[in-house]
Amino acid sequence: MRNTTIIAILCLLSSFSARGRTITVCPSCTFSSIKQAIAAAAEGDVILIKKGTYREGNITVDKPLTLRGEGYPIVDGQNQAEVLTITANNVVVEGLDVRNVGTSYLEDRAGIRARRARGFAIRNNRLDNTFFGIYLEKSSDGAISGNHITGKAVHEMSSGNAIHLWHCKNVLVEDNYLRGHRDGIYLEFVDSSSIRLNTAEDNIRYGLHFMFSNNDDYFHNTFRRNGAGVAVMFSRRINMWENTFEFNWGRASYGLLLKEIYDAEIHDNTFRENTIGILVEGSTRLKYRNNEFSRNGWAVKISGGCLDNEVEGNNFLNNTFDLSVNSTTNTNTFNGNYWSSYNGYDLNRDGRGDVPYRPVKLFNYVVNRTPEAMVLLRSLFIDLLNFSEKVSPVFTPANVADEQPLMRPLIFRRKAQHQK
Amino acid sequence: MLKILKYSFFDLMRSRWAYIYTAFFLLFTLSLFWLSGGLSKVIISLMNVILVLAPLIATMFGVMYYYNSREFSELLLSQPIRRTHIFLGQYLGLALSLSASLLLGVGLPFALYGIFGSPEIWNFMMLLVVGIFLSFIFSAIAFFIALRNENRIKGFGLAILVWLFFAVIYDGIFLLALSLFSDYPLENLAIGASMFNPIDLSRVLILLKLDISALMGYTGAVIQKFLGAAPGMVVSLAVLSAWVLLPALGIRRLAARKDF
Repeated sequence: MRNTTIIAILCLLSSFSARGRTITVCPSCTFSSIKQAIAAAAEGDVILIKKGTYREGNITVDKPLTLRGEGYPIVDGQNQAEVLTITANNVVVEGLDVRNVGTSYLEDRAGIRARRARGFAIRNNRLDNTFFGIYLEKSSDGAISGNHITGKAVHEMSSGNAIHLWHCKNVLVEDNYLRGHRDGIYLEFVDSSSIRLNTAEDNIRYGLHFMFSNNDDYFHNTFRRNGAGVAVMFSRRINMWENTFEFNWGRASYGLLLKEIYDAEIHDNTFRENTIGILVEGSTRLKYRNNEFSRNGWAVKISGGCLDNEVEGNNFLNNTFDLSVNSTTNTNTFNGNYWSSYNGYDLNRDGRGDVPYRPVKLFNYVVNRTPEAMVLLRSLFIDLLNFSEKVSPVFTPANVADEQPLMRPLIFRRKAQHQK
Repeated sequence: MLKILKYSFFDLMRSRWAYIYTAFFLLFTLSLFWLSGGLSKVIISLMNVILVLAPLIATMFGVMYYYNSREFSELLLSQPIRRTHIFLGQYLGLALSLSASLLLGVGLPFALYGIFGSPEIWNFMMLLVVGIFLSFIFSAIAFFIALRNENRIKGFGLAILVWLFFAVIYDGIFLLALSLFSDYPLENLAIGASMFNPIDLSRVLILLKLDISALMGYTGAVIQKFLGAAPGMVVSLAVLSAWVLLPALGIRRLAARKDF
């Protein structure tokens, strides 16, 4: 990874440059407040903050410093102000416990903000009840890692995002735990960045949200019980692999929403028990490989205007509906997947079924028209209907079919999923 | 009544049909386990079978048992025993033996494959409870029909028709109504209509446990809200009990009045 090496070098550089004095802050020291210490510090100094509670807001770090907390000192904004603002390059913030920023309808207050900063590292902090957790604007070449960010968001309108990136480049977001915000991670105009090993759960809107961002990767993340797992919108060349999307339930919930995106690869992900595994809208030239869809309401829902999507070598296990499409023209291809509800035969023993599998059932069509008919799911009458439609397709598109369905599920070898 | 119940129960448990019924469920469940392995997958497959077969077998058995034991019933009628006790005793004996077969046939393989101590235990319990309810409901309906009709062919035909109605035709009409009136909000109608069919109600109860992801979609949320919550659960169990009680009361009334 190009990004990662750059960031690693930068981190290294920043640790070299940080070989200055060490200024200790504690409630009974010469410096009893962080602001005083920053004012007295020179470039490259380390400010060591001892355990204790510091009731300070609007702390601005305007020179290259390292703020290091020992035993998680509490920095409390008392629900009135933003806590920490970084405006210089090469700043490191680690081991702090930032609390109580307070909701504001006028400004986007954050626990830790970086404005026009380069080469920053924000790591191993705890943030609780911060309106926005970590907020980066027009910053680049830095890393946000190992932070534990929790909130108690109730309404979408009055809550912020755990990690919010706006107009950023080359940022690594790694190994964070995010819960109880509007979005776990929000990216707008963010290019060439990586999101990995994060866990986002119980957020109101999305676990991870891309807007107008290009050339990004996200992998080895877990998205659980969010309003929806991940939304990728209006972006190009986003690659997503080995993520887990699970238990995203609700009337408009999905594991992954793809809206107006092009040329992405989605592989080796696990979609488990979501209302909709992947919802695809107006997205073109996407490749879906080696994903596992198990026990979702709809594994994949593709709406009209999605062209040239390739679905190959995935496992579809015990989903209520494997696939739903809402147009009769279809240029998407489905090939060599395993479908647990396939019941064809394989006479030449090549591991691929001899009759094509049609993943779109008549009942699917019925439910799209009258959603209330869902009550009849799995009834004998519906089974009979589906069977007669299978024999002679009238309502369901005849060209949506897997010509070579696999007879046995694929076994995926994944790296150990990171759990936190 | 207890004596007659006991007699009927053991008489039926010893009969060939009870063995076949038990053996069928035993083999079917075991083969499902061999083929798929996963507990939850087996529960889904079994659901379809239990929802269709338990009512069918209960209906057939009910009619058959009434007609076959007619001479014995007549003998009993000449004794100083209350009429309603005779027939209700026979009915309960039948329903209990059917339930016992189901419990044994399905329960043993699940116990072997370690259902106890697995998180699926509640789904499995729901399946069993629903299966037992259906056995009670449909054998009561069958007994009621048999009591009303002296003509065996007519009785059989009617009983099968009732089963067919609840298992297939009802859903067809239901679906038709839903698509005809799809311009109106139909959630409450959908819930109401499923209450009037014991098979549908049982199916929805199990689905709430198994297909929760799909049901949480659009309408599902409404159904989930009503039936998934504790009061909804109580209501649906009460409705199922009413479905047992109504035909049983019918049997009692008919038995008291019927001229043999």
